Amino acid sequence: MPAPLITPQRMEALKAGHQVLAEFHYEPRPVDKGYAGQTLYVNVSDNTIAAKPVDDRMKHTFTGGRGFDLWLLWNAVTGKTRWDSSENEVVISAGPIGGTTQYPGTGKSIAAAISPLTGTVVDSNVGGYFGPLLKFAGFDAIEVQGIADREVIVFVDGNAGLVQIMTAPEESVNTYELAEEMVALFGKTPEEKRGVSSVTSGVGAGHSLIGCLNLSFYDIRRQVARLKQAGRGGIGTVLRHKKVKAVVVKWVGLKGDSLHPDDLPTMQQVGAKMHREIYERDPIMFTMRYDGTNHLTKVMNDYDILPVHNFQYGAHPEAVKIYSPEFVKFFSLGIPDGCWYGCTLACAKCAEGFEIYTGPHKGERVTVDGPEYETVAGIGANCGIWDAHAVLEANFYCDTYGIDTISFGTGLAFAMECYEAGILNKQITGGLELNFGNAGAMLEVLHQIGRGEGFGVTVGQGIRRMKQIFAEQVGADPKFLQDIGMECKGLEYSEYVTKESLAQQGGYGLANKGPQHDEAWLIFMDAVNNQIPTFEDKAEALHYFPMWRTFFGLNGLCKLPWNDVEPAANRVDYKGIQAAKVPEHVQNYVDLFRAITGRTDIQTGEDLVAMSEKVYNFQRLFNLKMGYGTREHDAIPYRSVGPVTNKEYESRAERYDKQLRELAGIDPDGMTTDQKRLALRRYREDQYEKLVDAVYKRRGWNEQGIPTLQKVRELGIDYPDVVTLVEKHS
Amino acid sequence: MKILVTNEDLCVACYLCEEVCSHAWFKQVNRSKSSIRITALGNAEIGMAVCSQCGECIDVCPTGAISRDKIGVVRIDKKLCVGCLSCVGFCPTLTMYYHDDYVEPFKCISCGICAKECPAGALSIETVEDAPVTVTERRK
Repeated sequence: MPAPLITPQRMEALKAGHQVLAEFHYEPRPVDKGYAGQTLYVNVSDNTIAAKPVDDRMKHTFTGGRGFDLWLLWNAVTGKTRWDSSENEVVISAGPIGGTTQYPGTGKSIAAAISPLTGTVVDSNVGGYFGPLLKFAGFDAIEVQGIADREVIVFVDGNAGLVQIMTAPEESVNTYELAEEMVALFGKTPEEKRGVSSVTSGVGAGHSLIGCLNLSFYDIRRQVARLKQAGRGGIGTVLRHKKVKAVVVKWVGLKGDSLHPDDLPTMQQVGAKMHREIYERDPIMFTMRYDGTNHLTKVMNDYDILPVHNFQYGAHPEAVKIYSPEFVKFFSLGIPDGCWYGCTLACAKCAEGFEIYTGPHKGERVTVDGPEYETVAGIGANCGIWDAHAVLEANFYCDTYGIDTISFGTGLAFAMECYEAGILNKQITGGLELNFGNAGAMLEVLHQIGRGEGFGVTVGQGIRRMKQIFAEQVGADPKFLQDIGMECKGLEYSEYVTKESLAQQGGYGLANKGPQHDEAWLIFMDAVNNQIPTFEDKAEALHYFPMWRTFFGLNGLCKLPWNDVEPAANRVDYKGIQAAKVPEHVQNYVDLFRAITGRTDIQTGEDLVAMSEKVYNFQRLFNLKMGYGTREHDAIPYRSVGPVTNKEYESRAERYDKQLRELAGIDPDGMTTDQKRLALRRYREDQYEKLVDAVYKRRGWNEQGIPTLQKVRELGIDYPDVVTLVEKHS
Repeated sequence: MKILVTNEDLCVACYLCEEVCSHAWFKQVNRSKSSIRITALGNAEIGMAVCSQCGECIDVCPTGAISRDKIGVVRIDKKLCVGCLSCVGFCPTLTMYYHDDYVEPFKCISCGICAKECPAGALSIETVEDAPVTVTERRK
């Protein structure tokens, strides 16, 4: 059975519960040069629905995607808005390139909200069909504001020109069933089914602050609604709090020219070239089509970067048990796996008939996507769980309960270290033995989050709140918790050990939304290849790469086809950092953006970076508006910088002793491990502060990390309330 | 299955096959719209590129627009095709084609019109052993 069976009786019961609370009719019109030209506003408190125009200044300043999200959200909230305030929104947008069929990785949606974890704006990039279908249905973005007084669905029928808010008392909350129910309700034929995409969450999102969104795409071969996740920052928790079970779009009629681009032949030429490059290069490079992103687990373990036991270590002898082959054996391969049409990099792997051993689906055979590297590293290595089946089962439950696998994995790893350090015990955990490696306990914590009970609810609050709870209620040392709790700005770290890469410490610590690797991944460039040795070099990398990668979020793009496959000549024609930029692929994006939008002012990769810089700085100022966005919020836990404990120090003593001698000018001979560890800490913490100074300077920010008024004006984001905000903090 | 078989030794590179192909399917004499491509490789060598009906593109198509018909010929359903050109990039013989004037790609469907017109007898329609069944076909 490939998917949960929706019986005719069940269908009738679902339909019987639908009462239309509000309707909005509009004239469907084709997308023009990548833009629908309007956004959709839905308020589930007062059941209002409206369209808002998109003007040229909005396009030129914010581009689309994450940029549109930020602008719409900025105008919806005040500095006092909290995640559970009625005015908070879930905003989703695809951007002008989103919906391209010819080029791989062009179907992403970007979701944003005020985060329950960070208290400020968070964005999350996700696959699935929702964003592109929403655009073809007539809207560049959707804002969902308000809190419904009962469970509802928001339904957009792009072919009929109809938006509805309807009651949904009977639908499931968990995505595994709910996404199938949405397909069954709104699509009849295979063509209609692949024209339906839903945004859903799950019960776990309602019982925690680490809720994710699931965005669906219907797989015509496997005949199942597959799921991709907007994991970071608890946006699923916001959706659940609004009592919105699903936001659904339906639009049937996709063709290769549905974006009505300015120059279709260029799109075709660039796309066909890229498909060929993947055909030839992926099998000899990263094998994404076969392994998915989990090919990285071996690489990270080999380079001592795989987070093991709450980021204490970077490798483990048992890691081989969660390498790619242990998961590939569950996958059905040899058919398309792109999460949008034309993605031949096809990293979205799928396990069919996967047997579940625990929880409400125990004994069932289910379909589950993934796991991604982040999930394997977070729930597997970081929690010491060298059990592929348990990791994939946790992946399934995280998705269906609506829980972010990264925050869950990193958060649980923190709780496990607390347990092993004696801060927690069985009495406190309600009987759970939270030792590293206890797969049964890991799954039980997950089910507790699903049920909203027990110690799982504590883990679901995220590390920042766990630190507070453990200090206040268990008497733990707050300094030790601060050192080992891998969160920054309230968001849990994604899954890379940064101790040996100062630049990546900044890549995480200086990221707008918190420590997620989508802004910068500089570990090889910095720590392995030593290509950015000085503070200025690192600052330049921490300017260029976050700005460049922001471009993906503005345009509905996936990052992977940029540098997870490279032209054969890339490392011949270019060296060092230039090669890392993959100039031919940057040019592909210039060509694509121009071909779709017809914007002749965009001519080089630097023009794309300039586009991003506006939005990046705007997001930094959004943090400031919400009471954050200054230097103290860029502080990072010492676990991400160096060894917190003597045991950690001694595990790599040779490396650290050498660094003390050669970099810090301290002779470690005769020093105790305590003394050496503290000396190394002083050195490394000082290095981080110097890095922060250099990056702020390069980005045009003052020493507190606030963009200067001059910078704001240069970027053209000098809206009156932005200027007032900056002046207030200058 | 039926395929168009080429014989490079007999080909004289007159390009008539390209012209009749484009005329038959696009009502234009335009070699860039042909599903067979003749290339003079130098040293009197000639390359003839045409679909082998191997069917690998069937498993690459995200919409299921490519399938094999009753006589084994691989065909594109333009109504289902979204013009992603994945099949173009993933064709082992580089014989799935596209053109600026069209959203969808195109390929040889073993119609035999070119074989009938070839003055050198370098083309023929033949029945050969079926290609291996694709993953998509196995799942049906």
